[in-house]
Amino acid sequence: MGLLNAVVQGVLLGGLYALYAAGLSLMFGVMRIVNLAHGDLGVVAAYVALVLVTHTFLPVWAAVVVTVLLSAVAGYLLQRLLLQRSLSSGPLATLLVTFGLSVILQNVLQELFSADTRSLDTGTFATAAIHLGEISVSYLGLLGLGLALATIVGVQLYLSRTATGRMMRAASDDPEVATLVGADARHVYAVATSIALASVALAGMVFAMRSSFSPTIGSMSLIFAFEAVVIGGLGSLWGTLLGGLGLGLAQSIVGYYDPADSILAGHLLFLAVLALRPQGILAARGT
Amino acid sequence: MNSPQTCLEIRGLDVHHGQLRAVTDLSLTVAERQVVAVIGANGAGKSTLLRCVAGILPASRGEILLDGVDVTRLPTHRRVALGIASVPEGRRLFGSLTVEENLRTGAYRHRAGPWDLAAVTELFPWMADRRRQRSSQLSGGEQQAVAICRALMSNPRVLLLDELSLGLAPVVVTRMYEALPRILESGCAVLLVEQDVSKALAMTDQVHCLLEGRTVLSGAPADLDRKSVEAAYFGIDRREAG
Amino acid sequence: MSTTRETAPRVSGGFRVRRDSRLSRYGMLGLVAVCIGLAGLPYVVYESVTSSLVTLFVLIAMASMWNLLAGFGGMASIGQQAYVGIGGYTVIWAADQGINPFLGIAVAALFSAVLAVPTSLLAFRLRGDYFAVGTWVIAEVYRLLVIKSDSLGGPSGRALTGLSDMGLTARNAATYWAALVVAVVCVAAGYLLLRGRVGLSLTAVRDDEIAARAAGVDVTTAKRIVYLVSAAGCGAAGGVVVVDALSIQPTAIFSVQWSAYMIFIVVIGGIGYLEGPLLGAVVFFALQQYLADYGTWYLILLGVVAAASAVWMPRGLWGQVVHRTGLRLFPVGYRLDRTDQQ
Ligand SMILES: Nc1ncnc2c1ncn2[C@@H]1O[C@H](COP(=O)(O)OP(=O)(O)OP(=O)(O)O)[C@@H](O)[C@H]1O
Ligand SMILES: [Mg+2]
Repeated sequence: MGLLNAVVQGVLLGGLYALYAAGLSLMFGVMRIVNLAHGDLGVVAAYVALVLVTHTFLPVWAAVVVTVLLSAVAGYLLQRLLLQRSLSSGPLATLLVTFGLSVILQNVLQELFSADTRSLDTGTFATAAIHLGEISVSYLGLLGLGLALATIVGVQLYLSRTATGRMMRAASDDPEVATLVGADARHVYAVATSIALASVALAGMVFAMRSSFSPTIGSMSLIFAFEAVVIGGLGSLWGTLLGGLGLGLAQSIVGYYDPADSILAGHLLFLAVLALRPQGILAARGT
Repeated sequence: MNSPQTCLEIRGLDVHHGQLRAVTDLSLTVAERQVVAVIGANGAGKSTLLRCVAGILPASRGEILLDGVDVTRLPTHRRVALGIASVPEGRRLFGSLTVEENLRTGAYRHRAGPWDLAAVTELFPWMADRRRQRSSQLSGGEQQAVAICRALMSNPRVLLLDELSLGLAPVVVTRMYEALPRILESGCAVLLVEQDVSKALAMTDQVHCLLEGRTVLSGAPADLDRKSVEAAYFGIDRREAG
Repeated sequence: MSTTRETAPRVSGGFRVRRDSRLSRYGMLGLVAVCIGLAGLPYVVYESVTSSLVTLFVLIAMASMWNLLAGFGGMASIGQQAYVGIGGYTVIWAADQGINPFLGIAVAALFSAVLAVPTSLLAFRLRGDYFAVGTWVIAEVYRLLVIKSDSLGGPSGRALTGLSDMGLTARNAATYWAALVVAVVCVAAGYLLLRGRVGLSLTAVRDDEIAARAAGVDVTTAKRIVYLVSAAGCGAAGGVVVVDALSIQPTAIFSVQWSAYMIFIVVIGGIGYLEGPLLGAVVFFALQQYLADYGTWYLILLGVVAAASAVWMPRGLWGQVVHRTGLRLFPVGYRLDRTDQQ
């Protein structure tokens, strides 16, 4: 396969990273917190979908829809019951709580499902692809990219067109005044976390369809999502999309020459951005 | 008989910042269509009082009643829903939102009433042309106007205004005060903080002078002479007596 | 009648500013006695006891370093495993050069601190939560670079050379003492650092960073010193781990698990107290031993306890002790005593 194909695969992979990163970026933008269990929550979604597919008569697409809805509810509750309290317990509390949650989730999954790798079987869809000469564009890759685009456009529209979305941006600017104009910060934050969890659930399931997964891969997803957010620039969803694509391209192109170095290449891109342009490619405007 | 109905009543209020008691045993009432000014030197506790009425700071003693309903323990957003709207000290618009979006945030939890986007734009007509501009690009006076309109969008019963004139040119301040009668027409009450004593005496129905968190003088401007107000403002006769 | 002008006369009364209390002096003496007792342990107990205590000492050393970094420096890192790994590999490399592995532990501390300088230049561009994840990425980079080196054993790791001619009992005892020394030095270094200028700067930062900067406190230098010291401590601890295990495996030595241990210990024990990691490490160690037969459940339990205490008991167990008794073993602050009590 040629370099051109590597570029195309990089874009598809980057779409998945952007989908992972969208929720992380939203939560940081609104509440200034990094959810260290972000990637693990995507893995949990993959296991939930797996259970639904193997133990019920739901087809895969229906299992995906159900899982996304469950994740949205879980996100709302997570914020209301745990993260909201930690926001008022000092600057490190949220970090420590989400890190603890990450360790808990990974180990519980390991106890429940063992450390074996699994995959979410989508039948022939998993291998179907469009072939254009030497380039092959897998349906699954396109699905990831399409979902990433749809999620980011959707969240942007939500933030700019709806009252609660507007209030999220307002709370990000000045949380106290947001409550002065009538926002219930707990509700606004919980909606943001709910969106973040729904999107990371999608990402986790697309990942599970593309390749095999195990209880501990959530850490890697978190790191990739984080890199995408920083490369793109904090607080900008479009930047996050670009960051995800950049990361995917770096990994894929370097991987074309030496697969062993592909992940290192992504990390080095991240460090290079940190060294040369710490505000990211598309820095948030405004504040 | 037809004395105006009381909108906001504060009884025996204490507010603390940690150990420091910033407001002590404060009582006042604001009636419908009335403007009450709280004056006092820097650090007298004026902002603390307004922030407590809005629900940002908890009251450590006393009661706050809105139309006879005790709101002392309600969270801020519930008070907004019941009709307490604030223009915070220093305006504090949402910098990354446009003018129109700032105004719309004010309607997040609105009551029924005359104020909407069209009505507030009538109050300050220049807003119509600037509504797509980011609020951080406005001048201080323009920001103050948007902050007032943002608060009005909720159709409040009581409007809390903290230092309208902060950092504004006198002519701009006058324009802000000129909007007051139209605001009162909608039937709400205004509790405002003002550093400029003569402005407060000229424009309001009732003046409360705070010194170190206590009311040292209050009354209608007509009943107060300037000298005693100034003395109360700076706490002069207290110092001499003590 | 002037009511609230009562501050002036009181100041003229007798006050004395002191660092320690009688209680804390006894506490210090007690700690010294415990250390001496621990040093003599290899002569009195079975090797199985001392060898499991090595694990405890390693945990104490690492957790103290993390506490210094996060609790006092305000830098919560989840990338300290970078220095655990670097320290471990330094011992391996030093042994190849003919340096005794026990001496290699000191080299490991030094080399970790050296590498921490360029690392801090990058990591310090991130703040708060982003610093935490950024340091994790950097640790991953170190791991990926190390496994590219064939002489260090690549992805599968290597055995430690240079200790094969030492008798088993002597080696175990030496490992035990090395671990004890590393733990004591880590705790003592934190104490001395916080009593000095760096401690004052950090206290100022903790109270109000902007004001501290405005007042001319060199915040970045203070933070960098803390970062280097904590890298050195983790490097030494990593060295001990390798000397104890006699082999190294890159995924294990660079595992984020180390950071998880440090964080759980410090959060449960009490963040921002020098005593916290000691108490937390003992709790952690006891749970680990007690629940050893139940797989990873001890980690799940610890995760739950740590997350819960971060929210509901932010000052940890030692915070409760201080709250109840006022006991401080390591007085790094100042206390005001009235000398004119009636
Ligand atoms: N967030 C706070 N924490 C601690 N003390 C505070 C805080 N805000 C205000 N204070 C103190 O409470 C007292 C009253 O302050 P407040 O801001 O209410 O005064 P003010 O009358 O509004 O003054 P100004 O005219 O300067 O706005 C002052 O002594 C002030 O130092
Ligand atoms: Mg004020």
